[in-house]
Amino acid sequence: MNKEIKISILETMLKIRKAELQLAMMFKIGKIPSGAHLYEGEEAIAAGICANLRIEDQLVSTHRGHGHCIAKGMEPRRMMAEVCAKSSGCCSGKGGTMHMFDPSIGVMGTIGIVGGGMPIATGLGLAIKLNNSDRVAVSFFGDGASNNGAFHESLNLASLWRLPVIFVCENNKYATSVSVARSTPIDDISIRAAGYGMPGVTVNGNKVDEVYAAAAEAITRARRGEGPTLIECKTYRIRGHFEGDDALYRTKEEVEAAREGDPIEYWKNALIADGTITEQDFLALSDKMDELIAQAAQFADESPYPSPEDALRLCGGNPTVVV
Amino acid sequence: MPTRRIRFVEALREGMRQEMERDASVFVMGEGVGPHGSCFKQTDGFCAEFGEDRCRDTPISELAIAGVAVGAALAGMRPIADLMWIDFTMLATDQICNQAAKLRYMSDGQVSVPAVFRASTGRLKSNAAQHSGSWYSWYVNMPGLKVVVPSTPYDAKGLIISAIRDNDPVVYLEHKMLLNVKGEVPEEPYTIPLGVAEVKKEGSDLTIVATGYEVIESLKAAAMVEGDGISVEIVDPRTLMPYDSDTILESVKKTGRLLVVDEGFRYCGYGSEIISMVVERGMDILKDRPRQLTTRHSTIPFSPPLEEFILPNPTKIADEIRAMMGKSTEAGVLA
Repeated sequence: MNKEIKISILETMLKIRKAELQLAMMFKIGKIPSGAHLYEGEEAIAAGICANLRIEDQLVSTHRGHGHCIAKGMEPRRMMAEVCAKSSGCCSGKGGTMHMFDPSIGVMGTIGIVGGGMPIATGLGLAIKLNNSDRVAVSFFGDGASNNGAFHESLNLASLWRLPVIFVCENNKYATSVSVARSTPIDDISIRAAGYGMPGVTVNGNKVDEVYAAAAEAITRARRGEGPTLIECKTYRIRGHFEGDDALYRTKEEVEAAREGDPIEYWKNALIADGTITEQDFLALSDKMDELIAQAAQFADESPYPSPEDALRLCGGNPTVVV
Repeated sequence: MPTRRIRFVEALREGMRQEMERDASVFVMGEGVGPHGSCFKQTDGFCAEFGEDRCRDTPISELAIAGVAVGAALAGMRPIADLMWIDFTMLATDQICNQAAKLRYMSDGQVSVPAVFRASTGRLKSNAAQHSGSWYSWYVNMPGLKVVVPSTPYDAKGLIISAIRDNDPVVYLEHKMLLNVKGEVPEEPYTIPLGVAEVKKEGSDLTIVATGYEVIESLKAAAMVEGDGISVEIVDPRTLMPYDSDTILESVKKTGRLLVVDEGFRYCGYGSEIISMVVERGMDILKDRPRQLTTRHSTIPFSPPLEEFILPNPTKIADEIRAMMGKSTEAGVLA
């Protein structure tokens, strides 16, 4: 990783963190109609994977997709306006926090159904292969989704057809209220890849250099036509499943212990240690991101809601009967 | 256009083949569609002509078959996902109903899903409970999906071409009892617009709205009641969603009587929609209460006498027509 990339990754992680914390605050004061699923503590995964992607590479993500959207290049203002249900959001308020799209930067959808995105990403991979392109498709999903039939069908097909799909399992230890220990009989989800004849690797999802390196290798393989990879990134879901989740199914001590491994702290310390940045550089960057997010929040807050009639624009099927 | 008599399955095959020749982004995938040519030979010869990339076999992974179609469609291709039996589409329901149907709307039009989900539908002798379904009303009910059920070879070809060219997801259902039915079909490609019904038989006393194979069964019943002096008009919606309410209302205005014959089940079935639409919009044109004749509300049994008891047939349809015309004392609609 050269200096530019290292700093760019730090900036992305800060941007995501500050955006998510800002949204948490906005939810508390009633500016968001329904609880968002926030990405605090998992930023290294989105940043590390997406730093390897070109704009024309594609990703599909989940209900917890804000970080991936930002890491792929979505402006925080458009993302936040969407969460706030405004017409200036990336989907004009139609998709909302769980369903974000921007195909111009390769965000082909964040999908609200657990498991829903993996087959879609596999299809993106098929189209890439049939069109003889060297793009890749990335499928982000969680530990919970790795127990879903869609995971198994998708990996099987992607491996069988040698599709350029990177399956990224964000093992944040919880699927809503159920811990991975209580849902999954294996420790490393990555071993499932072997069952589908494809490589699988587990990395520390809070160490962005590990994520970055695993992604680089998988993406290089995929671009060469050598097929898919499963990358399991172990992390921790710092917040509840959704904003407003009292998360009584885990202890405060467990959450506090997890904060010790904060991915931004790790990367900041690493970049100071290797002389890439100074403490002052970090503070300046952090302030700059604060400013960016404050402006984005103001934009979201001041934007209008969509007009009610807009609800029926694009309604599918165009029924001829008056409804 | 010169026409010739070919079978429904040949017309369907020809429509797909001609579109694949015209548009390189069209491809088919499903269990057995490759060298085997599909379970009912819908893709016979496709591998030889298009290769296994564009006519590809899949594992038995209905959810992934449908989901891969969604993804490929998002990327600008026009996939035809063959799910074999409408009963198996249940395994793919998330991708058809939560994904394909909704992505264009949720994205505010930034993406679209020009995929066709094809399956066989309906009875075939003693195919029993899990292979005889007609669940298309479920898909009619899902905003974002178009649903097509052709009843003739001519309709089969025109509608598959339109379905493939449509930029929204289309569920296309080919009835098993129709596959070997012959009809006049133009050699050239042609389209039948989605959302346009066809009057399959003109009449003056009673309107039947029938779907799929029940169009054929209703035509037989109409011939049976001619001897009673009853003239039946048969309207085939062809596209079940969006459907052509104007043609249906025009017919009911002419006859004053409506019988819907549908192989699905009556509860929240397609017949229920047609009747409720006519009552909501045409109460004053009805001379008598509308009725529907459907498969009885039961799991479909295996043994032929049991299966016959459950399903509609021309005799039951004719009895219903006569009852509605006051020409018999038979009981009315059975549920």
